[in-house]
Amino acid sequence: MGIQLEQIVIQTVNGLVNGMVLALVASGLTLIFGIMDVVNFAHGDLVMLGGFVGATTMAATGNFWVALLVAAVTVAVVGAALQVTTLRPLLGRDPLTTILATFGVSLVLQKYALWQWGPSARQLAEPITGRFDLFYLQYPWYRVATALFAGAIIGALWLFLKRGTYGIWIRATTQDRIMAAAMGIPVPWVHTTVFAIGAAMAAASGVLFGPLGGVTQTMGADFTLRAFIVVVVGGMGNLGGSILASIFISLLEAYASLFVSPAQAVIVSFVVLILTLLFRPTGLFVPTPK
Amino acid sequence: MTAGTPAATARVDRAFWIGFALVFGLLTVAPLVLPPFWRRFVTEILIWGLLAMSSDILIGYTGMVSFGHSAFFGLGMYGAAAALLMVKPANLWVAIVYGLFAAAVVAVFVAFFATRLRDIYFAITTLVFSQIFYVVIFTWTEVTGGENGLTFRQPPLALPGMTGHPFTPQTLHWFVLGVVAVSYLLLRRITRSPFGMVLQSIRENEPRTRAIGYPIERYKIVAVMLSGLFAGLAGVLYAIQNKFTAPDFVFFLVSGEVVIFNVMGGVGTLVGPIVGAAFFLLLREGLSRYFEYYLIPVGVIFTLMVIFLPQGFLGVLRRRLNE
Amino acid sequence: MLSLADVHTYYGKSHILHGVSLEVAAGEVVGLLGRNGVGKSTTLKSVMGLTRPARGRVTFEGRDITGMAPHQLARLGIAWVPEDRRIFRLLSVLENLRTGLDRAGVDDARRQALLDKVYRAFPVLRERQYQAGGTLSGGEQQMLAIARAMMLEPKIILLDEPTEGLMPRMVSQIRDIIGLLNREGVAILLVEQNVPLTLEVSRRIYFMEKGVVRHQALAADLRADHAVIHQYLGV
Repeated sequence: MGIQLEQIVIQTVNGLVNGMVLALVASGLTLIFGIMDVVNFAHGDLVMLGGFVGATTMAATGNFWVALLVAAVTVAVVGAALQVTTLRPLLGRDPLTTILATFGVSLVLQKYALWQWGPSARQLAEPITGRFDLFYLQYPWYRVATALFAGAIIGALWLFLKRGTYGIWIRATTQDRIMAAAMGIPVPWVHTTVFAIGAAMAAASGVLFGPLGGVTQTMGADFTLRAFIVVVVGGMGNLGGSILASIFISLLEAYASLFVSPAQAVIVSFVVLILTLLFRPTGLFVPTPK
Repeated sequence: MTAGTPAATARVDRAFWIGFALVFGLLTVAPLVLPPFWRRFVTEILIWGLLAMSSDILIGYTGMVSFGHSAFFGLGMYGAAAALLMVKPANLWVAIVYGLFAAAVVAVFVAFFATRLRDIYFAITTLVFSQIFYVVIFTWTEVTGGENGLTFRQPPLALPGMTGHPFTPQTLHWFVLGVVAVSYLLLRRITRSPFGMVLQSIRENEPRTRAIGYPIERYKIVAVMLSGLFAGLAGVLYAIQNKFTAPDFVFFLVSGEVVIFNVMGGVGTLVGPIVGAAFFLLLREGLSRYFEYYLIPVGVIFTLMVIFLPQGFLGVLRRRLNE
Repeated sequence: MLSLADVHTYYGKSHILHGVSLEVAAGEVVGLLGRNGVGKSTTLKSVMGLTRPARGRVTFEGRDITGMAPHQLARLGIAWVPEDRRIFRLLSVLENLRTGLDRAGVDDARRQALLDKVYRAFPVLRERQYQAGGTLSGGEQQMLAIARAMMLEPKIILLDEPTEGLMPRMVSQIRDIIGLLNREGVAILLVEQNVPLTLEVSRRIYFMEKGVVRHQALAADLRADHAVIHQYLGV
């Protein structure tokens, strides 16, 4: 089977779009890990929750952007509540404990979604319906917009962290929780806020992804797994690394699906993770510490 | 440890054997007195208990949380399925050998990771690794039956002196009970041996154990192989009990449940994970009659236990007894 | 102003403080001397809410602060300069200072005045204000740690071995800043290995041994008579 140049270009675009959506999920996950040593197994379920809240809001209002906002805010509140009730008591314990606790949370969220919204998938309508010609395809503008929008959110996060008091508080707490507290930074509150931000970003990607892949109650596991892979490949707690890894892995998967079914293409990312861990456990995009 | 004097050790030992005989006796008569549904249920608890116990070797004794036990279990099931579908006439022992071999192949890989990765990295890698098997099994329809899995017939019970009899629910229960009891005693022996002590010292302080001069890698490899084989054995038993296998059993949710069994029952106790499995399955059985989404309360209970009772039921019980 | 009464602190199972009692008056510099591992640093951490006392009371300005969260204590006016400095390595020098400066109720004029004050005391920090904290030398990090604590405009500073590993020139800079803070009415609880410096800057000295305060004396008396110091420190 010969692979055409066009197909490669199309898969590159697909990979970039998927990569940006994934980066949105992963940057929240890595931020949360970096600041409170929490490996959030329920992160994908926050994506799913965002998708459903978005779908419900969209059904009620008919406006995609309102749905996006409502989903982000709602899931941020849910995330804050989760952090306060479940993760705050675990602060300082082994990150493995947090995997276990959030695994429990993941079960609850998934079954709650099944209960509330049923087993069938929700498709969100694209807010931007235009297409453009990409070789033999009519490529939807919405996909491109998704990538740009995800990039904009990540950029806003970056600015938020780099400038202003709250960014300093978050970075200081990430580096040294105890010293940050001794400097008067309200560390418990910072943790809750960061978790809420991560949750909101997950929810936003759930809504953005809605028109592309639909929203189902089982989609969380898939996102969690991918986000884990990306965060580890990029270097745990390293925001820039996670974003690069999201794009890198999504591109690889996109190219792999030229040869095998998309379901099997996932294996490529699994293999990348395992190879990364075995040969560069600090992550592909981090200089090896000397 | 409570044991101080030899006399006290002997007393604890006698108490253990009396307890063991009591539980074993109860489980032996269980199929004779229980209605069919509960009979089957108890057999199933024993199988999941064996799986949970196998993962305790890693979680509780070596301090490595495996989120990939579904791979050993599932490959055990598929190995048994291969034997039962391909080897004629169907033979129980051949099924076990095939199942154990399949699980061992996975275990070799996981052992390789175990020597290089620790903590969350090991947990995530085992999770991802088991998903590779899930995807392969799910998509390789010609060989594995894909999403629908494989169905096959139960092999006849074949023990020295009695061959050719098909399994009845009772004999199946007794067979499973025998396998689980022997596995338990073996694992108990292993965890209390010098080997088991080294595993526990790896859990407590890996650098120090290495500094003392133990080849940690070799110990971890053996621990993972053991854990994988017993998990595979549980898979074989489950395949034989249910006469089918499906990719769902390789999916990481099963691994998650195994970890739940461990945490609920108490890691590092062997019996705890069985108790945890029983508790979880009973909870599911009890709740699912009233509430379709029983996993919501189960998840809440589990999360609360992680936060407030990290040693599980048995850990709490043991502490009470020691006080 | 600050007082500890019979404070017991544990690290895990090991009992570190066996009932420490001491007091620091407003504006007073108090030295805490003792050999390594007697619990001097733990005493400071127990005040700062970083290790929770199992027994005993810590009061600050008449208020029971035992078990309060560190960030609340910082707001009350207690600052901590840890032994290992704990600079935020990836934050710039200015951002390190801002961790203490960006508080509610500090207007721009006061912010600038505070910054000017520490830049006057430690000119090198102004030069390096946009440089990452982790790139500073050990002595510069110590200055930054003290400057950062000053950003809180504290009433008391818990100063843990500020001169450890510093060159003599830097040590005298630390001595100057302690003097400056003292003139401004900031109380200091100083843990030090440098006995002459401690005797010079402190008004009173406590001696610790095995998790308790064994003795206290006026620094002036100790300067005249070295027997006590010899007894507790063996120097």
